[in-house]
Amino acid sequence: MRFRPDPTFYPSPRLAMEAPPERLAYVTALDAGAALKRPGELRHDALTVVDLDPRSPAYGTLVSVNELPTYGDELHHSGWNACSAALCPYAPHPHVERRFLLLPALRSSNIFVFDVKPDPRRPELVHTVRAEEIAKRAGYSRPHTLHCGPDGIYVSALGGPDGDGPGGIFVLDCESFDVLGRWEIDRGPQFLHYDFWWHLGHDTLLTSEWGTPKMIEDGVNPELLLGKKYGHRVHVWDLRKRKHLQALDLGDEHQMALELRPAHDPTKAYGFVGVVVSVKDLSASIWLWHRDGDRWAIRKVIEVPAEPADPDLLPPLLKGFKAVPPLITDINLSLDDRFLYVSCWGTGELRQYDVSDPFHPKLAGSVHLGGIVRRAAHRRSGPLRGGPQMVEVSRDGRRVYFTNSLYASWDEQFYPEGVGGWMAKVDVAAGGGITVDPEFFVDFGALRPHQVRLEGGDASSDSFCYP
Amino acid sequence: MMPWLTLALLGAYHGVNPGMGWLFAVALGLQEKSSGAVRRALVPIALGHAASIGLTVALLGVGLASVPAAALRWLTAAALVAFGVLKLVRPRHPRWVGMRVGFRDLTWWSFLMATAHGAGLMLIPVFLLGEGNPAPCHGGGCHNAAGLSLASPLGYLAAVLVHTAAMMAAAAAVAFVVYHKLGVAILRTAWFNLDRAWAVALIVAGVIAVLL
Repeated sequence: MRFRPDPTFYPSPRLAMEAPPERLAYVTALDAGAALKRPGELRHDALTVVDLDPRSPAYGTLVSVNELPTYGDELHHSGWNACSAALCPYAPHPHVERRFLLLPALRSSNIFVFDVKPDPRRPELVHTVRAEEIAKRAGYSRPHTLHCGPDGIYVSALGGPDGDGPGGIFVLDCESFDVLGRWEIDRGPQFLHYDFWWHLGHDTLLTSEWGTPKMIEDGVNPELLLGKKYGHRVHVWDLRKRKHLQALDLGDEHQMALELRPAHDPTKAYGFVGVVVSVKDLSASIWLWHRDGDRWAIRKVIEVPAEPADPDLLPPLLKGFKAVPPLITDINLSLDDRFLYVSCWGTGELRQYDVSDPFHPKLAGSVHLGGIVRRAAHRRSGPLRGGPQMVEVSRDGRRVYFTNSLYASWDEQFYPEGVGGWMAKVDVAAGGGITVDPEFFVDFGALRPHQVRLEGGDASSDSFCYP
Repeated sequence: MMPWLTLALLGAYHGVNPGMGWLFAVALGLQEKSSGAVRRALVPIALGHAASIGLTVALLGVGLASVPAAALRWLTAAALVAFGVLKLVRPRHPRWVGMRVGFRDLTWWSFLMATAHGAGLMLIPVFLLGEGNPAPCHGGGCHNAAGLSLASPLGYLAAVLVHTAAMMAAAAAVAFVVYHKLGVAILRTAWFNLDRAWAVALIVAGVIAVLL
């Protein structure tokens, strides 16, 4: 407990943008062999730290690799125990600290808690929230994403301990990490779950849909995909009453509605969700949810088409289609709500859209790295496998970092030779446009980097109560 | 005179605490982009605070009528110190609402915040020590008010009003300065840990109740 507010808490997104630039990235990385229980030399998953300070001699290199004690956890989206939401007026706790990074593991269902305060360059594992405790107290497993809320840490979970649905959200105490219980009081028709985030200014929470653990853990199941069984809805919830309000259906040809990025300005009531693939034409899309009178509505605002390709160059899953799907696996919105970044993991492209008018996004920039067929190289690499995947935007919106691994079993299907772990960065021009930083390329070797968190917060870690 | 001044000063102290409501008023003003929203929010916030204080004072009145004064003093002191220590160890706020609040929500929220923080409890020593003190009075209508003792039902009511008026004035002043002049950036720099100061104030009030 501090005497002054944590200096990394910001009342508004604008104030967060004025903060000093980030110096370190915390990147979760996994070993595919351990996740898939393949024989051979197994590595522990790790929380790695990357130096982001251009003046540092270690710029763009791994500063530390902090391994977990166990094998095959499959780390996914980490998050902070506390952030700017602690300044919200109805539950103000400005003197807690952004100190602990929580790492949910998608296969073991444990959550690993690292303390970054004593040595930010070498965080220390201080606590583990056990899968059994999550199952017992919340009835969930496969924790995936977490957000620091005004009154606790909210964690999404893909399903129950048996690997079936429903998935949902549970809440942790932000200091003791006790599992406080399941969040939903009335889930209505919601069953599949993936991401969640909220409009704090409107007491509204949104959730998206992937699949139950059994539907995803062995890779994309072509039968389920062509049978349109993966998720294709966004659910709107009353954040106060923890009650389902509305299901927004995208149409079942749109399979896997994943990352949710609501506008950061708490007075605004719209946001974007990315859809991985359409079974109609392998295109990927971005949808905009928005208020429509008293109700919420959703519409497609971006469509990225598949690229025709020689079947000989395609993995078995795609040969019959003779095309590379863009596979939008992640999106991220700058803190001024102006630029939306879109990862096309299949074609190896990172796109930047100007979404000043969210109903009419304009393509503002694009770079290529990796890709199933393209394999575009970085200046400091040979041909690359994998593609821009988890993408993170700096607080000031001038730098965007991304990694190339999606999910161990899915990596294998789309990149059967392995993805070769790497992380890269683009610089953002003031009025729009992106260029790859030729000096920044982190080779993770056999480890697969997944998600990036920036020291002191980034464009997908904090939420705000003041505009 | 002293107890009344103390009640007003404690009111001002409660009013400047962002956790007691002025910050909520500012947030609502920013959300609606209107200083009218700031003004409107202050009324239910003051009402909820007054209700919480009033409840404590009413309980004190019942206590004074049924428990020996010395025992009540020790009881109060023990409760204050224990509550203060609890607040030091576990400074949690109740969560009742979100950002979309009406008059009733905001009144309830303010009542809960004041109660959970022991706002009324903090005032009890003033009542215990200031029983015989008449209300301050100036001007022509002074004669009637001069006899108002803090220990009488009317005295309790006057005390709650004095405290709440001071609380609301302080909250309004801070809310409007932050809304119109300073902006919420001030939260990052000037918000020292009032939870701790508050906990210490509870303990000090407990010690005063015993010593004086």
